[in-house]
Amino acid sequence: MQEHDVLVVGAGGAGLRAAIAAHEEGADVALVTKLHPVRSHTGAAEGGINAALREGDDWQLHAYDTMKGSDYLGDAPAIETLAQDSPEETIQLEHWGMPFSREDDGTVSQRPFGGLSFARTTYAGAETGHHMLHTMYEQVVKRGIQVYDEWYVSQLAVTDDEDPSERECHGVVAYDIKTGQIEGFRARNGVVLATGGLGQVYDHTTNAVANTGDGAAMAYRAGAPLEDMEFIQFHPTTLPSTGVLISEGVRGEGGILYNSEGERFMFEHGYANNAGELASRDVVSRAELTEINNGRGVNDEYVYLDMRHLGEERITDRLENILHLARDFEGVDGLEEPMPVKPGQHYAMGGIEVDEHGQTCIDGLYAAGECACVSVHGSNRLGGNALPELIVFGARAGRHAAGTDLGEPEIETGRSEEFEREDDLDTPVEPGAVETGSEDAVADGGAAVASGEEVVRRAVENERTRVDRFLEKDEGVQQAELREKLQKSMTQNVNVFRNEEGLKQALEDIREVREAYQDVYVADPSRTFNTDLIQTIEMRNLIDLAEAITLGALARDEFRGAHWRQEHQERKDDEWLKHTMLAWNEGRPELYYKPVILEGEEKAYEPKERSY
Amino acid sequence: MSTQIQEEPEETETEATEVAPAERESPGDRRRAERDAGRERAAATGPVGDVEGESFRLKVFRYDPEVEGKMEPRFDDFRIPREKGMTVLDALIYARDHYDTTLTFRHSCRQAVCGSDALFINGRQRLGCQTQISDLDHPVRVEPLPHQDVVKDLVVDMEHFYDQMHAVEPFFQGDAPEGELEEQRQSRENREKIKMSTRCIWCGACMSSCNIAAGDNQYLGPAAINKAYRFAMDDREEEDLKEHRMNVLDQEHGVWRCQTQFSCTNVCPKDIPLTEHIQELKREAVKQNLKFW
Ligand SMILES: Cc1cc2nc3c(=O)[nH]c(=O)nc-3n(C[C@H](O)[C@H](O)[C@H](O)COP(=O)(O)OP(=O)(O)OC[C@H]3O[C@@H](n4cnc5c(N)ncnc54)[C@H](O)[C@@H]3O)c2cc1C
Ligand code: SF4
Ligand code: FES
Repeated sequence: MQEHDVLVVGAGGAGLRAAIAAHEEGADVALVTKLHPVRSHTGAAEGGINAALREGDDWQLHAYDTMKGSDYLGDAPAIETLAQDSPEETIQLEHWGMPFSREDDGTVSQRPFGGLSFARTTYAGAETGHHMLHTMYEQVVKRGIQVYDEWYVSQLAVTDDEDPSERECHGVVAYDIKTGQIEGFRARNGVVLATGGLGQVYDHTTNAVANTGDGAAMAYRAGAPLEDMEFIQFHPTTLPSTGVLISEGVRGEGGILYNSEGERFMFEHGYANNAGELASRDVVSRAELTEINNGRGVNDEYVYLDMRHLGEERITDRLENILHLARDFEGVDGLEEPMPVKPGQHYAMGGIEVDEHGQTCIDGLYAAGECACVSVHGSNRLGGNALPELIVFGARAGRHAAGTDLGEPEIETGRSEEFEREDDLDTPVEPGAVETGSEDAVADGGAAVASGEEVVRRAVENERTRVDRFLEKDEGVQQAELREKLQKSMTQNVNVFRNEEGLKQALEDIREVREAYQDVYVADPSRTFNTDLIQTIEMRNLIDLAEAITLGALARDEFRGAHWRQEHQERKDDEWLKHTMLAWNEGRPELYYKPVILEGEEKAYEPKERSY
Repeated sequence: MSTQIQEEPEETETEATEVAPAERESPGDRRRAERDAGRERAAATGPVGDVEGESFRLKVFRYDPEVEGKMEPRFDDFRIPREKGMTVLDALIYARDHYDTTLTFRHSCRQAVCGSDALFINGRQRLGCQTQISDLDHPVRVEPLPHQDVVKDLVVDMEHFYDQMHAVEPFFQGDAPEGELEEQRQSRENREKIKMSTRCIWCGACMSSCNIAAGDNQYLGPAAINKAYRFAMDDREEEDLKEHRMNVLDQEHGVWRCQTQFSCTNVCPKDIPLTEHIQELKREAVKQNLKFW
C-alpha cells in the first residue's frame, strides 16, 4: 500500500494546480493519473483564461457576466471567488513561464469572448490549454512531486455509514495499467478528484476518449451527490466529422457564421441582434440547429464559419492552430474556404457537489475542475471560464486538503432536511443499479472498521474480485457494443433540443445497457496494458452519468441556459432557481433540490432576461 | 529487451523519410507537400478501397509477452470499411471495436495535442489521429515506434524519453517580479522566437526517428534539447541561468551528438524546426566557450 498526505487523482489543469498548492503547504502529495500528465485533455483547450487584469475591468464585472451567462443558476460565493482569484492565479502562470501571447509593451494579450462585457480572455495563441498544462507539469517536475502515471483509479476507499455526511474517504484503489497490479493508496489528509469531463457519454464530442467521467461516477456511488447534471454545454463550432473544436477565439477575432443561403443568420434571423456570433454558446448552438432544421444548413448537417476576411497575418498570428485543425481533421484550408461547423458536446456544467474549498460532503474527499460543480457555470458556461476554474478551485482544494484553514464555506454540501425532495418524477423504467450484489456498495467496512488502512485494504479486495470476474468470464457482451448504443441514444435524445418523449426513450435505452452490462466480459486475458479492461470499467461510469444527466433533464421542466425543453419554452424563476441534486442511495438515484445562492459579497444578483 | 522486428519495407511504400530539407522551407510546408504528393499518387494509382464504402487492408503489429499466442511478434490483417476523412487512429479503433478488442494502443485527444498515438505508419513516425488514410499507400501498415521497447502491440515504453526530458531541468527558473499582479514583460519578438519550441507534445516521434539516439542511449535527443532551447532562449530567464542551461547541453551526450540528419525535423507532427534549434544551440555553446577564454 502506498501512503501520502494528499492524493490527487487526475493530472490535468485542476489536478496539477491542486498538487502544487498542497505541496506548497508542506504536504506530501502524489498525483495518480490514468494518462501521463501531459496527455490530459486540458492540453486541448484553445481559447483562453478569463481574468480581470486591465484598467476598466474588474472582478465585479467578471462576476456579473458569469452570473448572467449562468442564467442565474450559479452560486454567487463561487462566482465571486472565481472572479476575485483569477487575476492572481493567471499571473502566477505567467510567473511560472507560461508563454502567453504578448502586446507591444510586453504585457499579456487579452481578447473578447462570447458573453463577456470586456475583452478579458487571456491567451497563448489558440493553444492556451497546451501551454497551461505543460507549464504546470513543469512546476510539478521542479518540485519533485511524485506522479503515478498510467495508474487507473477504479474505486474510492470510503467508510459506509448510512449518512453520507458521516462517511470518510481514506484513499483510493488504483490499477497499474502497465502490469495489471491492483494496489491501495492511502491518503492521510484527503483525496482530490480532478478527473475531468464526461464527453464520452455522447458520440459527437470535443472531448478526449479518456474523458469518461470516472471521478464523478465514483464519487456519486460513494455518496457525494451530483449537481445540475442536465446542463451539458454544446459548443457551436465543432468540425462535423470528428467533433474537433474550432475555438470561440475565431468568433472573438471576428469570424462570421453563414447558412447555406449565405445569410449571416445570427443577425438576419434575429437570434442575437446585438452580440451576433458572440452571443453565448447555448444561443449560438440553438441558432445553428434551427437553421439546419429549417433547411438552411449545408448538406442538412452544418453551417459555415468564415475567417478568411481576417487576413492571413492575423490568422497565423492568433489562430494558427485553427488552420492546422481544419486542414488535418476536415481537409479544409481556412485561409481559402469557410469551415464547416456544427454543435457538439463540449462541457459538463454539472458534477460532484463541492463548496468553495473543493470539499464534498464526504470527509476527506475533494473535487476540482470539470468533474466538480462548485456552481460557477450554472446552466451555461462562458467560454474562457473553465481554465480559471481549474487553477482557482484546484489551488483551493489542494490547500484545504493539505490542512490549511480557509474559513467557513458559504456553500453548503450534503443533504439537509429542508431541501425539497422529488418523489413523483414519472420515469418509464426503474433507474439505478440492477440488483446483483456487492459491486455497487460503497467501499464497505461500515462503522465497525476502525482504521483507514483497513478501509483501503477492503476496497482493494473488492476491486480484485470485480476485476477477476471480468477477466475470468469468457463470453457475454463486449463494452464497445454497449458504449456505442449508449452514446447514440444520448446524442439522439438528450442533445441541444430535448423533449419528454426523447428523454424517456433515453432512460429506457440506458436501462437496457445497464442490464446488458451485467453480462459484460473482457476478451483480453492479459494483465499487461489491458485497455479492454479499462474501457469496461469506464463503461460502468458512463452508464451512471448518462442516467444522471437524463433524470435531471426530465425533472427540470423549464428552459434555462443550455437546457431547452420543447414543452417548456420559458425560464421559470418562481419554481426553478434551484439546483438539481442526485444522490445515490443504496443503488437508487434520489432526486432533490437545493436553492441557488444569488446573494453575493456586496449585493444580490437579480435575475434578468438574458439577451445578447 | 527490444522486440522490434525489422522487416523489409513493402514495395508499396513510397512515402519515406528521404525528403531532403530544402532551404527556407518549413517542416510544415514539407509535410504538406509530401501529403499532396501522396494524394496525387493515390489518385493516380487508385489504391485499394480509396473510395468511400469500400474497404482497405490494415496490417498491425501484434505482441504480448503474457499471452501465449502473441509472444512471437506478428502482423494481423484487418479489412476496414472506408469512411470519408478516416484517419489511421479511426481505423485502429474500428479494428479494435469490431474485430479484436485485445488490440492495444494509446490514444486520447484525437486532435494531435496529447501526443499519445505516435506510431510507425508505412515506415514513418506519425500521429495516428493526424494521418488521413487517403494520404497513404495501401495496405496501411502500423507498427510501434522503432528503437523503443514494446510493452504490448503498439504500446512502447516511454520511460527513457521522459527521463531525457527531465534531464534538462524542464522548468522556468526566472525570478518572479514583486507583487502578485505584476507580470514579467516579454517582447513579441522573444515570444515569437520560442513559439515553435513550446509546441512539443512529447510524442516521442523525433527520438524514435533519430539514428544517433538509437545508438547512444545517453544522448539527450531532439525533444529534450528543444525543451532546453525553449528556456534558454526565453529572455525572462537571466543570463547566468542561460549559462547553466548551456552547460547542461554542451556535454558529451548533448548538442554535439547531433549530426544534422534532419530526421527528427521531418517527422515532428508539430512542425518544430528541431535540427535548426539544435544548430543554434551549438552556436550558442561555442559563443559561451569563447567568453571564457
Ligand atoms: C477542445 C476543448 C477546448 C476547450 N477550450 C477552453 C478554453 O479555451 N477556455 C476554457 O476556459 N476552457 C476550455 N475548455 C474546457 C476546459 O479545457 C476543460 O474543462 C478542462 O481542461 C478540464 O480540466 P480538468 O483538469 O478538470 O480535466 P482534464 O484535463 O481532462 O484531466 C483529467 C485528468 O484525470 C485523469 N483521470 C481521469 N480518470 C481517471 C481515473 N479513473 N484514474 C486516474 N486518473 C484519471 C486523466 O488522466 C487526466 O490527467 C475546453 C475544452 C475542450 C474539450
Ligand atoms: S519535438 Fe515534435 S516529434 Fe519530438 S516529441 Fe515534441 S512534438 Fe513529438
Ligand atoms: S490521439 Fe492525441 S495526439 Fe493523437
